[in-house]
Amino acid sequence: MKSFLFAAVTAAATAVAGVAFAGSHGNFKPAVIYDMGGKFDKSFNEGVYNGIKRFTDETGVEVMEFEVTNEAQREQAMRRMVQRGATVVLGVGFGQADAINAVAGDNPDVMFSIIDVNWLNQPNLRQYAFKEHEGSYLVGMIAANFSKSGTVGFVGGMDIPLIRAFECGYKQGAKAANGDIRLLGNMTGTTPAAWNDPAKGAELTRSQIDRGADVVYQAAGGTGVGVIQAAADAGKYSIGVDSNQNHMAPGSVLTSMLKRVDVAAYNTLKDAMDGNFDAGVYNLGLAENGVGWALDENNAALISDDMKAAVEAAAAGIISGDIVVHDYRADNTCPVE
Amino acid sequence: MFKFLGTPPPLPRWAEVLLLPLINLFVAFLACALVIAAIGEKPVEVLWTLFQGPFLFPGNMGYTLYYTTNFIFTGLAVAVAFHAKMFNIGGEGQATLGGLGVGLLVMALGGSLPMILMVPLIVLSSAAFGAAWALVPGYLQAYRGSHIVITTIMFNFIAAAIMVSLLSGPMMQPGQMSPQTAPFPGNAILYKTHDVLHWLGIGKVAESPMNLSFFIAILALIGVWLLIWRTRLGYQIRAVGHNPEAAHYAGINVPRVVMLTMAISGALAGMMALNEVAGAQQRVILNFSGNYGFVGIAVALIGRNHPIGIFLASLLFGALYQGGTEIDFNYQSITREMVVLIQGLIILFSGALYYMFNPWLARLLYLVLPRKSSPEGAVS
Repeated sequence: MKSFLFAAVTAAATAVAGVAFAGSHGNFKPAVIYDMGGKFDKSFNEGVYNGIKRFTDETGVEVMEFEVTNEAQREQAMRRMVQRGATVVLGVGFGQADAINAVAGDNPDVMFSIIDVNWLNQPNLRQYAFKEHEGSYLVGMIAANFSKSGTVGFVGGMDIPLIRAFECGYKQGAKAANGDIRLLGNMTGTTPAAWNDPAKGAELTRSQIDRGADVVYQAAGGTGVGVIQAAADAGKYSIGVDSNQNHMAPGSVLTSMLKRVDVAAYNTLKDAMDGNFDAGVYNLGLAENGVGWALDENNAALISDDMKAAVEAAAAGIISGDIVVHDYRADNTCPVE
Repeated sequence: MFKFLGTPPPLPRWAEVLLLPLINLFVAFLACALVIAAIGEKPVEVLWTLFQGPFLFPGNMGYTLYYTTNFIFTGLAVAVAFHAKMFNIGGEGQATLGGLGVGLLVMALGGSLPMILMVPLIVLSSAAFGAAWALVPGYLQAYRGSHIVITTIMFNFIAAAIMVSLLSGPMMQPGQMSPQTAPFPGNAILYKTHDVLHWLGIGKVAESPMNLSFFIAILALIGVWLLIWRTRLGYQIRAVGHNPEAAHYAGINVPRVVMLTMAISGALAGMMALNEVAGAQQRVILNFSGNYGFVGIAVALIGRNHPIGIFLASLLFGALYQGGTEIDFNYQSITREMVVLIQGLIILFSGALYYMFNPWLARLLYLVLPRKSSPEGAVS
């Protein structure tokens, strides 16, 4: 009953939205608000920037942008973009959830979209969430298959359920590929500063290598740069995240877990421009190409045909539903320790 | 000959208060203009935006005064301690604890009390927590000789660590990812100014985070002026600042004055949380203190530790924050890092290099202005 009600509300909202947003093509004005990391953070914000850049290159439409430097600026920036005639505003990251919720509520005629949020409810707000656990499962399989020491590690950024979901998916994948695998895991910290502490990332990586790990997966924003560097220095292997980071230490980065925030950013603007914008929650997983793993000339020599076949079989299994990867966020527990 | 190498003649009062700051500001803008021209934008246009942004664009005055409120509290905190010649570098930590005090009070009492009781309790709680946090370094300085600069800096780190563990643990709002508490109930907030004006029927004012704590800040300015120059304690504070030994000889209990000064300083810093926590965010969020505690040191220095100076310096910093945001909005080629550079140049010239032109201006005025009777005139 509840889900039926929700579906009805969503359908009604979409219908209203469709009417309200039709014909907005003429004075289409997109805007994006990057969060405190800044648009060149080599990670999450930069992924969004890449999507925005692709949109501008393809359509020739300039996108208004702003990088916030303190908490109060988030809401201010969104309101200012609306005042300046923005017809679609894209927020980046869960830190902007409260701000976009308030501004979207006050401006029902403007389209809003936010990435990494799925708990809000506004008729003119599209929310993108990713099934990071599915992509992490695949790179976990690669790590366990590749490891010669039988120990693989994980370094997370800020200790929040989102990053636990990365870790949990990775461990499930590693366990599935090798039942005897030893798993290590560390979080960098409990504050947003943990997203940008490469020195500590390197330290944690060296410690995991000392404990026998030969592959370390990181989901830690700017901190991950230190993880990749430390693994390369020690002659071991790392796994990148969000964007394709294989090129950062060719031959040492085993693969990258891709989280296509660029696709979310591009689709938001493209749909808004073409009049196809709809509100609601988009959960992007393997089936929707929202997550995946990176194979290019930098890591082709590391990935054997057997490993590739095994991962592709697992990906097909996840898409078909034969393999169910547990999402840590569902109950805040992980079946694999 | 006039004395170019000796001690410059004294600057007339009107020149020191009015002319010198204007010259400094003008040179600062000149330096900014060079930087802006170097990256290919029109200097006059950009600097005009820096002025329009905080004061003329609709609704932005509210943002300017919202930032100003933070700077008034932290600037006053530094100034009060400085009158006793103590550097309170711990405004950041004291503000954090003030926010914690507000958060704990609201979470404990919830919506049980009416607003008329709740708001004074919130003010007291923020001040009490900030004061308590400054009192420990104050005690260590007064009775153990641990230097106040070192201890207050270290207390900043402790405060940050306490806040992190509470906000990502027991105080965190469930069902979302940010380290923050649930929103405060409606009886436990300081109303936003635009809501109050709307309610009073003064028409629709654009939304901003400015809230009633601005008026508490104004009261604090008056209160500090009264305290320092019109009370016995203020006299004692200044006496200890000028010469602790002489103060002791005159019968002042120096350790007691040191502790009281630090408590008042900490209370003022803690009250910054009124603006950020009870007013703007209406919940406790991580890092709400946003370095305002450190900027307060610059505010107090530029404001010459006087409430009027601190108000003007706070307004300058508030305008720079808001004007900088506006430049960032309007010029895609000017990044937020460039904005910080422009702000830094203005602060450098109007604050740090304040006395650079002082001797030259004094000599110029000495030559130009007619003199009533000047014994030094005969020397040349």
